[in-house]
Amino acid sequence: MALLEVRDLDVRFAVRGGDLTALRGISFSLDKGERLGLVGESGAGKSVAAFSILNLIAKPGYIAGGQILFEGRDLAAMSERELRKIRGNRIAMIFQDPMMTLNPVLTIGTQMVEAILAHRKISKKEARAIALDRLQKVQIPSPGKRLDQYPHELSGGMRQRVIIAIALLLDPEIIVADEPTTALDVTIQAEIMDLLLDLCEQENVALMLITHDLGVVSQVTQRMLVMYSGRIIEQGPTREIINDAQHPYTQGLINALPQLGEPGARLFQIPGSMPSLKNVPTGCPFHPRCNFATEQCKHSMPDYVRSGNVDVACYEVANLIEQEKHMQEAES
Amino acid sequence: MTSPLVSIRGLEKRFDLSGSLLEQITFEGGRFRRKKEAVHAINGVDLEVQRGEALCVVGESGCGKSTIARTVMGLLSPSAGEIHYDGQRIDNLERKASLPYRRKMQMIFQNPYASLNPRMTIQQTLEEPIRFHHPDWSPIQVRDKIHEVMHSVGIDPDWGSRFGHEFSGGQRQRIAIARALAVDPEFIVADEPISALDVSIQAQVLNLLMDAQESRGLTYLFITHDLAVVEHFGTRVAVMYLGRVCELADTKTLFATPRHPYTQALLSAIPKLEDDRPNHIRLKGEVPTPVNLPSGCVFHGRCPYANERCRQEVPGLITTDGGNQVACHAVEEGRL
Repeated sequence: MALLEVRDLDVRFAVRGGDLTALRGISFSLDKGERLGLVGESGAGKSVAAFSILNLIAKPGYIAGGQILFEGRDLAAMSERELRKIRGNRIAMIFQDPMMTLNPVLTIGTQMVEAILAHRKISKKEARAIALDRLQKVQIPSPGKRLDQYPHELSGGMRQRVIIAIALLLDPEIIVADEPTTALDVTIQAEIMDLLLDLCEQENVALMLITHDLGVVSQVTQRMLVMYSGRIIEQGPTREIINDAQHPYTQGLINALPQLGEPGARLFQIPGSMPSLKNVPTGCPFHPRCNFATEQCKHSMPDYVRSGNVDVACYEVANLIEQEKHMQEAES
Repeated sequence: MTSPLVSIRGLEKRFDLSGSLLEQITFEGGRFRRKKEAVHAINGVDLEVQRGEALCVVGESGCGKSTIARTVMGLLSPSAGEIHYDGQRIDNLERKASLPYRRKMQMIFQNPYASLNPRMTIQQTLEEPIRFHHPDWSPIQVRDKIHEVMHSVGIDPDWGSRFGHEFSGGQRQRIAIARALAVDPEFIVADEPISALDVSIQAQVLNLLMDAQESRGLTYLFITHDLAVVEHFGTRVAVMYLGRVCELADTKTLFATPRHPYTQALLSAIPKLEDDRPNHIRLKGEVPTPVNLPSGCVFHGRCPYANERCRQEVPGLITTDGGNQVACHAVEEGRL
């Protein structure tokens, strides 16, 4: 059984003039110790997906359907009290901006001890020892001193290390990291990503990494999901998708990267931009920007088809697979 | 060699941190002392932008790349040093005398949500610079010009009566580019013009900037932290660290044979699609604050090759056999 299994998750936001559907039929699973990447552009619903795993969707958002099974128990149906035992304890979260996550008026030590005592009945002294140990694990210089410092005394990279230390405090099974390095500089970003990867491997923690950076995903994760307009359009092993993307959107996203283009030549560009949730196109949400769109794409939503180890939601890919099958049958 | 379009000579820029006189005075050891503190954003930068090229300035936050952009545009005045445009010194000009240069030099900012006036329609936004610089133009000429630039950036001229908030991020950046192009500039300073945009939109805007360069013969000073973009877009690259240029080279040369240890670390830190695992040069520590600059080479605290000379003496730019200009003692001495 997978550690975490999300089945047909629908998340909606109740606003004036009707509901907006932020997530439509999201299904994926995460095994113990596995690293999963969640890729998409702004508005694709990746953060909503991350937040809904911890059932952290705030009003007016709500989970309209589906299940989030963590070790077989449905988080979507749990009471707030039960959820609190899981949040921060079994499933930890790392957010994008370390300055927003840390309380500016409490010392690092106070915040870490508080998090431990919320879940475990141990003395403050023991909690402080755990906090110190985790700060050492994230390789912060002079960790003892940091416990008594305030967040503003640390640099951005160091704050993000503290956040990772806090996420590790209670030996979680899963870490959900929402753009953990986006606010950081390139060299610091590389160090933090290294650290996160090493720790997940050492402690056998599952990682769900939300990012818009395909380079990071390809270096860190084993499997990836590509989201577009609230839907997973492609999911499978990271290497396979990066090397041979099936969905036209994923292909476009990869080809739009300047590092793949011939220097000085025009970049591949996907026309238009992601639709807003208020007016999602009918059928496949990508069809207005897709070069392969047919009448069928405009009217009905494609189902997932399997190509290699990758699941893709695209009629064009489905047709290609059909054709291949016919060719093979004809040959034999 | 032809003369450069823009040349930056010995540029320095400090931002005073110490506040008013009363805030500067402290009582220490029985006597009053006056303490002054400043952020040393740029510490002696010489750069030349050749006609028709795209000179990229890269570096991490706090290295002074945006300060260079703003100083060149005259939005900040230099603490020391000179800015020359087409042979004429422009950083000390009177307001009136600087007007013709302001038309020739335009700027594109990072955040298209902040750089468009929310109370102006697109028409008004584009009209303002044209009317300001061409007061003698007839309304028809102005209108034609607006249509022309809107068309060239791929925004339907019929949308002129809409406001900025009705557009997406990518479209807003197109409008910001249209505003810069509206007065037919020769030189455009672009400060992180695509950093706030999504990947697929980044490609659109980058293509637009390259098209505009080709069709209008523009020269760019392009500020960015994204090295992949530089490799694609830049003619030459200047790598900055703590207010100094540590390496300057042709884009191809720099990416093929980076010489400065900082450039090497920076290039290795780009996450690449083909890698299965991160595989980069690890630097010690973090960028020091520009308030108290390290002595000697600004990079010595994090450099794996630093020796006593690096801690004492500031390295100057030297030209290597490969054509890179590098400010590094280790390269000069052949240790690296």
